[in-house]
Amino acid sequence: MTVEGAGRAAARRKRRRRTSVFTVLGELFLTGAVLVLLFLGWQNWLNDIIVGIQQHDAAGKLSQEWQRAAVTPTTGPTTGPTTDPTSPTSTPTPTPTTAGKPKVEKEPTVNAARFGILMVPRWGADYARPIAQGIGVLDVLDKIGIGHYPGTQMPGQVGNFAIAAHRLAYGGGFRDIYKLHVGDHIFVETKDGWYQYTYRNLQYVQPSEVNVLQPVPEQPNAKATQRMITLTTCNPFFSTAERMVAYGLFDTWYPRAGGPPAEIAKTVKAESK
Amino acid sequence: MYGALWRILPGPVWVRVSILVILLVAVLYALVFWVFPWIQPYVSPSPEVTVNN
Repeated sequence: MTVEGAGRAAARRKRRRRTSVFTVLGELFLTGAVLVLLFLGWQNWLNDIIVGIQQHDAAGKLSQEWQRAAVTPTTGPTTGPTTDPTSPTSTPTPTPTTAGKPKVEKEPTVNAARFGILMVPRWGADYARPIAQGIGVLDVLDKIGIGHYPGTQMPGQVGNFAIAAHRLAYGGGFRDIYKLHVGDHIFVETKDGWYQYTYRNLQYVQPSEVNVLQPVPEQPNAKATQRMITLTTCNPFFSTAERMVAYGLFDTWYPRAGGPPAEIAKTVKAESK
Repeated sequence: MYGALWRILPGPVWVRVSILVILLVAVLYALVFWVFPWIQPYVSPSPEVTVNN
């Protein structure tokens, strides 16, 4: 067998054409083309999935920290509900407290400090991404996920809680912004609890249209009476020619002690694993 | 180039194919987790997504 095999190999070698420079060059070009295609597939599809999972895990860690901090008694229970918070995930309380006035935190002064988590059930039960202070591309949007426009309001505050994220590549946090339906809920988790907003409308604007960030969007001199959330990202896909803006109106909030609202209970539970 | 690679590999066809598959997986892993993230800022810098003046 080995003799036969050797014979066949010898025959093959005899038949083989001499390797020319052009053969090698051609193979190099083809390899390069395949690499470029692989890179594009990685950048626009695979890596957004990988980064999405990483950001989801980061959000989970953040949520767990808050939960632990909430469980450790700092002061006695105030007027809040008397639910025992020692087992954070065991009891998705059937009727979470929706205490009237939402607690509003101070805007972080440190750039890239993480203070929130965005959850949008329409984008999947596993959609949960950290929100950090500032809109720096390199330090916040590329690395953490969602950035809060400095100077705009905080979750639950009267005015406009404005945030930004990539549409595609580098995580693509707001990739599915166009899939929102009017009436969809948008949740922001902070250490105090969960703020619920309802999606209202989309707007397409020029990149210079900073008035979408006003306390009353597009009305620079109006006095805010409503609590809003504004999501900005780029549009269309593969381009930064325009900005796509999604607005939501505040509904209610759920203090941490009462547990998350039923709609995102699964997402929150998955986070705390 | 690839012909030479095939000839360099030892063993019968199935061994060579398995080695090539392992090599391919290793190369893809290195690309996805090291090479691509490293070159991304140079070939495709992250776009502006915020509204600003």
